[in-house]
Amino acid sequence: MTNDVIRLLGKKNLFIQGDDAVVYGALIADCRFFAGYPITPATEVAEGMALWMPRLGGVYVQMEDEIASIAAVIGASCTGVKSMTATSGPGFSLMQECIGYSCMAEIPCVIVNVQRGGPSTGQPTEAAQGDVMQAMWGTHGDHQIIALAPKSVQETLDLTIEAFNLSEDYRVPVILLLDAEIGHMREKVVLPEIINVKVDDRVPATIGPDKYRPYRTGFTRTSKVPEFAPFGSGYRTYVTGLTHDKRGFPVTTSAEVHEELVRRLVEKVQDDMDIIWYHEDSFLEDAEIIVVSYGTTARPAVSAVKMARKNGIKVGHIRLITIWPFHYEKMKEVLKNAHTVIVPEMNLGQMVHPIREAVGKNTKVISAPKIGGAIHTPYDILKFIEGDKN
Amino acid sequence: MKAGIRISGFGGQGIILSGVIVGKAAVLDGFNAVQTQSYGPEARGGSTRSEVVVSDEEIDYPKVESASVSIIMSQEAFFKYASRTKREGIIIYDPELIPDNKIEGNFKLAEVNATRIASELGTKIVANIVMLGAFNEICNLISHDAMIESIKDSIPKMLDLNLNAFEAGKKNVRIINKSL
Repeated sequence: MTNDVIRLLGKKNLFIQGDDAVVYGALIADCRFFAGYPITPATEVAEGMALWMPRLGGVYVQMEDEIASIAAVIGASCTGVKSMTATSGPGFSLMQECIGYSCMAEIPCVIVNVQRGGPSTGQPTEAAQGDVMQAMWGTHGDHQIIALAPKSVQETLDLTIEAFNLSEDYRVPVILLLDAEIGHMREKVVLPEIINVKVDDRVPATIGPDKYRPYRTGFTRTSKVPEFAPFGSGYRTYVTGLTHDKRGFPVTTSAEVHEELVRRLVEKVQDDMDIIWYHEDSFLEDAEIIVVSYGTTARPAVSAVKMARKNGIKVGHIRLITIWPFHYEKMKEVLKNAHTVIVPEMNLGQMVHPIREAVGKNTKVISAPKIGGAIHTPYDILKFIEGDKN
Repeated sequence: MKAGIRISGFGGQGIILSGVIVGKAAVLDGFNAVQTQSYGPEARGGSTRSEVVVSDEEIDYPKVESASVSIIMSQEAFFKYASRTKREGIIIYDPELIPDNKIEGNFKLAEVNATRIASELGTKIVANIVMLGAFNEICNLISHDAMIESIKDSIPKMLDLNLNAFEAGKKNVRIINKSL
């Protein structure tokens, strides 16, 4: 199917915006269901999916709101179809309850949040990174989602495919955190060589319907992820948001059952941190100051680091690609030689908190916030680097 | 080589499409290009700008600070962006939309009566393409062939009208040497 999609897309080199790259990535990853409600700056994702789903035998549904959208996505995924929705802050807030449901019932799905200025309806056409903490902790209860933050249009396409793969591998909601800047930024995109595209599917049931239990574990590569039998396959499945046993049936007052389930939901992802975590670094060799950025902000951050290097400042750069789950040990390791860490973000300081926790008290961690819509200029970040070279 | 092009005006003039056409053409010419945009929530009206960074290297910071070329299609945008052009950079504008076009500084100014020319061709909605014709004539940045190819790829309807508008822009642009 992937080959057909790449052929259908025609040209290999495209000049497209981030929202379109999400669509192409989803098509290549075999996404065949989209439910959503249009919202600036994510509407182009819905437009693209509305165009492509019918052509590929998939389904596009424009729902009445974002609560219904995520519910429909989870329902479609229960039948075994890879499913996605796309929204921005106000819609993402509405989706939180069902994101928790997806965590609890272990139904894979991809949620694209093209972040705009908030809170509330805020700045519809302006970029922000204000939903970083919400992506991790927006839904209630202990849980672990995965969130990825691309810095370019090409990477948006690549990480959309990766988002589906991770969602299928771990049976968790994966949140792709774009922002209005990258959603509407156009750049050259090269479609991947067919042979290089890795597309993962959730592990199907490995035993017959008579012995199958929806939440038994120990039979997949990541042994804490259960096998998946889709609705309508003849297997007996039971899905609930209540705490449940291996049969999927509610068991709501047993501390043992609850602890075993919720610990597994968290550990199935965190045990594989080394596989899920991606970051990129540059100029680290002798760096005494390190700028840590993610998403669009990584671009002015790299420019600023290059400028500072020209001025002889020993500064390096780390770009987070996976932002949740946060790899505390790895970040502690890569930041250990820095006396100062600078964290530019298009919010008043969110990712700076886990970074501060990772490095401990002996390293100074400085937040370099910017809100209002404009991305940081290289000078905005350079100012912090120069202010701290001594 | 690295150049920043800023196109500005109001919503509905095709400011963002113009940026897309320039960016796509630059990619066809083998450059890296990044096109970004800024506009309000209105469908029409409201100030709009589109920026394109063209470079033969990887582009980190995607925004234009001082533009190498400013293409300006409203009085408000002229007041705001004309002076944010580099020394010896080029400012292309429609003098009928921008009667108050006095500016101090070391710039190369070029005028084209884009909206009138577009109306004479049939509809003023192609004024943005007239501006792009002027841009292609004045700036030795992107090839004529790539611009034509990009217009064909970006505008599905009324292609002949748009190609005529592009050529009319090339023919009618005037360089003004106003040193103040």
